[in-house]
Amino acid sequence: MISFIPELEARGNPSTTMNFLVPVIAVTLTILTGSVIFAMMGFDPLYALHTFFISPISTSYGISELLVKATPLALIAVGLAFCFKNNLYNIGAEGQLTMGAVFGGGIGLLFYDTSGFWILPLMIIGGAVGGALWGLIPAVLKVRFNTNEILTSLMLVYIAILILDYLVVGPWKDPQGYSFPKTRKFGDSGRMPLLFSGLRVHFGIIITLIGVFASWFIFSKTMLGYQLKVSGYSPIASRYAGFNQNYLIYTAFIFSGAFAGIAGLGEVSGPIGLLYRDISPNYGFTAIIVAFLGRLHPIGIIFASLVIALTYLGAEDAQLFMQIPAAVGFVFQGLVLFYLLGTELLVNFKIVFRKNL
Amino acid sequence: MSFDVLIGVIQIILVATTPLVFAAIGELVTEKTGVLNLGVEGMMLVGAVTAFVTLVITGSYTLAFLVSLLSGALMSGLFAYLVLILMSNQVATGLALTIFGIGLSSMIGKNYIGTPIQGLNPYFFVALSFIIVFLVSYFFYKTKLGLIFRAVGESHNSSHALGYSVIKVRLMGIIFGGCMCALAGSYMSICYAPMWQENMTAGRGWIALALVVFATWKPGRILVGAYIFGGVSILQMNLQAWGVNFPGQFFNMAPYLATMIVLIIISSNRLRIKLSAPASLTIPFFKGR
Amino acid sequence: MDNLILKIDNISKSFPRVKANKNVTFNIKRNTVHALLGENGAGKSTFVKILYGLLKPDEGKILFNDNLLNVQSPSEARQKKIGMVFQHFSLFDSLTVRENLILGIDTNMSFSNLQKKVNEISDKYQLPLDLDAPINTLSAGQKQRVEIVRILLQDPELLIMDEPTSVLTPQEVESLFKTLNTLVKEGRTILYITHKLEEVINLCDEVTILRDGSVIESSKLENETAESLATKMLGKKLSEIKTDYSHISNQINLKAENLSLNFNDPFFTDLKNISFSVKEGEIFGIAGVAGNGQSELMSLLTGEGIRGVTGSLIYNSVDIKNFNPKKRRDMSIAFVPENRLGHSAVPELTLSENILISQFPNNNFTNNGIINHSNIDTQAKKVIDQFNVVTPGIDAKASSLSGGNLQKFVIGREILTKPKLLIISHPTWGIDAGAEHAIRKSLIELAKNGTSIIVISQDLDELFEISHSISVIFNGQLSKSYETKNISVSEIGLLMGGKSID
Repeated sequence: MISFIPELEARGNPSTTMNFLVPVIAVTLTILTGSVIFAMMGFDPLYALHTFFISPISTSYGISELLVKATPLALIAVGLAFCFKNNLYNIGAEGQLTMGAVFGGGIGLLFYDTSGFWILPLMIIGGAVGGALWGLIPAVLKVRFNTNEILTSLMLVYIAILILDYLVVGPWKDPQGYSFPKTRKFGDSGRMPLLFSGLRVHFGIIITLIGVFASWFIFSKTMLGYQLKVSGYSPIASRYAGFNQNYLIYTAFIFSGAFAGIAGLGEVSGPIGLLYRDISPNYGFTAIIVAFLGRLHPIGIIFASLVIALTYLGAEDAQLFMQIPAAVGFVFQGLVLFYLLGTELLVNFKIVFRKNL
Repeated sequence: MSFDVLIGVIQIILVATTPLVFAAIGELVTEKTGVLNLGVEGMMLVGAVTAFVTLVITGSYTLAFLVSLLSGALMSGLFAYLVLILMSNQVATGLALTIFGIGLSSMIGKNYIGTPIQGLNPYFFVALSFIIVFLVSYFFYKTKLGLIFRAVGESHNSSHALGYSVIKVRLMGIIFGGCMCALAGSYMSICYAPMWQENMTAGRGWIALALVVFATWKPGRILVGAYIFGGVSILQMNLQAWGVNFPGQFFNMAPYLATMIVLIIISSNRLRIKLSAPASLTIPFFKGR
Repeated sequence: MDNLILKIDNISKSFPRVKANKNVTFNIKRNTVHALLGENGAGKSTFVKILYGLLKPDEGKILFNDNLLNVQSPSEARQKKIGMVFQHFSLFDSLTVRENLILGIDTNMSFSNLQKKVNEISDKYQLPLDLDAPINTLSAGQKQRVEIVRILLQDPELLIMDEPTSVLTPQEVESLFKTLNTLVKEGRTILYITHKLEEVINLCDEVTILRDGSVIESSKLENETAESLATKMLGKKLSEIKTDYSHISNQINLKAENLSLNFNDPFFTDLKNISFSVKEGEIFGIAGVAGNGQSELMSLLTGEGIRGVTGSLIYNSVDIKNFNPKKRRDMSIAFVPENRLGHSAVPELTLSENILISQFPNNNFTNNGIINHSNIDTQAKKVIDQFNVVTPGIDAKASSLSGGNLQKFVIGREILTKPKLLIISHPTWGIDAGAEHAIRKSLIELAKNGTSIIVISQDLDELFEISHSISVIFNGQLSKSYETKNISVSEIGLLMGGKSID
C-alpha cells in the first residue's frame, strides 16, 4: 500500500529544470482540474475551456483587454519580487496601490481643469510616492519594533481602502455626481494616453515594461540588486559582507510600494479617469499569485501576468456565455497557486513514495 | 441613553459579532500550534454557502450544519496537507485558500442567491460561542493535550525532541480552525442574514485574523475584543441617525489601527512577544533536521 | 549484582566520514561520579547518545545492571531508569516550570501529586523551584535545576550530565556539585561528561579518557594528576617545529585590551577581558575545546557580533571594536569564518558572484553602483588558478564545490585582497589532506610577506605547525600567549582543561 506521505530526499543543488517546469505543471494541472469542474457542472469540457481560455483572446480587442489587465498585475508583481526575494512578506500591495491611486489621483484632481504635458508625469510620481510611503510603514515598524510585516501590511490594506472610501464620498466627491460615490474626472492631461484607437490598452503598459526592465537591470547588474539577493539567500552572509540589513528592508518596501502605487495610478488614470470606490478587483493579492507563478523572475512574471489576466477575462466570458458567476476566475487563480505551492518542493527535493507496511 | 436602548444595542452587538468570535477562536487554536492560516475568509464563505444550499435542498438544519462543518474540515485539510506534508509557504497557501474559497462559494451558491429561508434563533449560537471560548480556554490551560498544543507552538523542535508529534498536533489545530470558520459562515447564512449572497462575509475573515492578534492569543480576550470591534462598527452605523457628522470610515478603521498598535507594543518588547505569540508561528517544521 | 552498574563492551559506531567510537570498553562502578573526559571529536557525545537511545551502535553491547541494554528511544531509556541532562536545555520559554515538568515526564501525574513529589525532591537535594515561574525568567542555573528535577521525577539510577557547567556561575557550579554528591550518597550513579580538568579532579571518583574514538585509560582519580590527564587527553608527540620566526618585525599590528562581551543568553559564552597582541608577520594561534567562546571571539574580531562590547581593539592607532565588517575590510582586514556555505560564500550564487561578497579597498568591481562583471570574472579566475580550486569554471555555483575546494576559493579570495591582517577560524576543518596542506602553506607565505594572521582552531597539530605564538581560550577567557617553540603538550592540555601553568 502506497502511503500518502511522500518521502522527501533533498537534492544536492536546486534543480533549474524544475524551476521552469513547476509553473508549467501547475498551469496544466489547473486546466485539467478546471475541465473536470466544468464537466461536473454539466458543460462539455472542451467547449468550456474554449470559452474560458481561447475565446477571450480571439479578437484584437480581446488581446488589448488582456494587456489592460496584465499591465498592473505584472508591474505589482515585479515590485513584490523585491520583497519576496528578501523573505519579506509584503501582502499589502492592494493597500499600496490604493494609496498610489489616492496620491496620484489627488494630483489629477488638483489640475483637472489645467492642461500640460507635465501633469501626467507628476501624477505618476505621486502614485509612486503614495505607494512607497504606504509600503514604508510596515518596513519602519519591522526595523524599529521588530513587528511582523505580514500582519501590518495586511491591516494597512483595509485602512487604505477606507481612506479612499472616505475621500470619494466626502471631500473629493464630484459636485455634479449626484450621490454616486466618485470624484470628478481628471483632465485630459491627466489621462493615460491610449495606444491604439478603439482599444483600451494604454500607456500604462509602457510603464510596466519599463518597470520590468528596471527590475531586471537592478537585480542582475547593480550592487543594490546584489545586496538584496545575498540578503535573501543568506542573512548571515549578508552581515559578513557588511551589507546594511535595515537599509535593504527599507529599499525593498519602497520599490515594492512604488511599483504598486504606479500600477494603482495607472488603473485610475487609464480607462476610467477618476477615483471611485472599487478601483481594483483584488489586483494587489492576485499579483502575489503572479509573482509566485513567475518564480520571481521578470520574464516569468510577464508570462504569469498574461495567464492570470486570462483568468479574469475567461471568467467574464464564462459569466456571459455559460451563466457561471465571474468569481470562477478566483477558483482558477486559487487552483494555480495551490498546484504551484504543492509542486514547488520538486525544485529542492526528490519525491519518493515509500511503501507502507 | 435609556436602559431599553442600551439592552437593544447590546443585543445587536452580540448577534452581529458572533461570527467573529467563532472564526477568531478557531484561528487562535490554529495559531497556537504555530500555524498561520490566512484562509479564514474563504473558509467562512464556503461554510456559509454549503450550509445554506444543504438547508434549501434537504430542509434539515442539522444536516446543513454538519455539511458546513465538513466543508470547513475539507478546506482546512487541504491547507494542512500542503503546509504540513508538502511544506509549502503558509502565507501564500492561506491566500490561495481565501481566493479559491471566494470563487468556489460563488459557484456553489449561484442558483440560490436570494432564496428565502426560515432563519434560526441566533441566541443559541451566541451562547454556543461563549461556551466554545470557555472550553478552548479550559483545554489550553487545564489539560495536558492543551499544554502539548502550546508547547508545539512555542518550540516545535523541543516538542519533537520530547517525543510529541508536531504534525498531528498542528493537523488537529488546523482542522478545528477550519470547522469554526465554517460554523461562523453558516451562522451568518442561516441565522444572521439569513440568506446567501456572494461575498457575504464582507471582510469579516480579515477582522477575525486581526482579532486573534488583538487578543494576544488568549481565548478570553477574543470575546472582549470582538465586542469592542463589533461595538465600534455598530456605533459607526448609527452615527448618521444620531446626527453626528464624523465620517464613518474612521470608525471602521479602528479595529485595524488598534490591532497594529497592539502588534507594535507586543513586538517591541521582545520578552512580551515571547509570552504572547506562539514562537514558532509560520516557521515550517522539518522533521529530523 | 556486583558493584558495576554499567559494563561497556566493544562499542563501535561509524559515520560516513569518521569512526566515532572504536571498540570502546570500560566499566562504571555503582555509587560513583564517573568522568568521561576528552576533547571535541573524541567520541563522548556519540557514546552517550548510544547509551540514551538516540543512536544504535554498529557493534558491541552494554550491560546495565547485568542486563543487556537495548533502548530505541530516550523515553525507553528513561523507563529503564537512565536519565540525561543535555548541555542545551529543551525547555519551553513561555511556559511555567510546572508545565515544563509535566511535558517532560512520560507518565500522567495529577497536579497535586506532581506538586508533592517536586517538593520532596526540592527539599532533599536543595533544588528549590518556583513551579509557577515562567522559564524565561530563570537564570541558567535555575533552568538546569528544572532539567535535573525533571529527570529525578522518574527516579533514575544512572544520571548522565553532558558538559553541565558550561553555562553556570562558580556559585551555581558549587551548588550543582553538592546536589550530585547527595545523589551519589543515596545510591545513584553519575556519568559526568566534560573537558574541564578542574572538575574531574574535584568532583569525580573515576575517569575514562577518550581520544579519537578510543579509550585511552580508565582509572581511579587518585592515580592521576592534572598533568597526566592533560597529556592523556591530547596524547600528542609534538612534531618538530619548523616555524620560521625570522621575518617577524617588532611592529604590533593589532592590540586587544580587556575586550568583554556579555550576551545574557545561555546559548552564548560571555567573553571576559580578552587581551592579546599580534605583530607584523606573526601567526597567532588560539586553541581551545569548542564551545569556550571561539565563535563569539571570531564575531567580535570580524565585526559581525559586537553589540555591547567593552575594552579596546587597536589597529592602525584606531579603536576598531565598533566597526562593522565593511569598515574593517576598508582597513585591509580580511576574515574567513568557520562556516563556508551560508556564511563566507552564498551557495546559490556562482563563484564569480561570490567574489563580490568581500570587497577590498580600491577594488574595481563596481562603478557607481553598477557591477563590472568582467572584472569580477577575472578576479574569480585568478583565485581559481592561483589556489588550484577544482571546479568546472567561474560560473559554477558555490554549492557544487567540495568542502576543500570551496575553502581554498574563500581563503584565496581573501588572500588576494592583500590584507594586512587576516583572521581565520578553523581553516582546515572537514577538508581533505591535500587541500589542508595547500592552505597551510599559503598562510605561512602570507605571513612571510608581512601580514599578521590570527588562527582560531581546535586542531592542535595545525596550530603547532603554523603558529609562532599560541594562546588558549577557556570559558570565554584567553590565556597568556606563549611562543610555540617553548611550550609543551601537557602545558597546552592543562590550559585547554582550564588550569593555569604559571
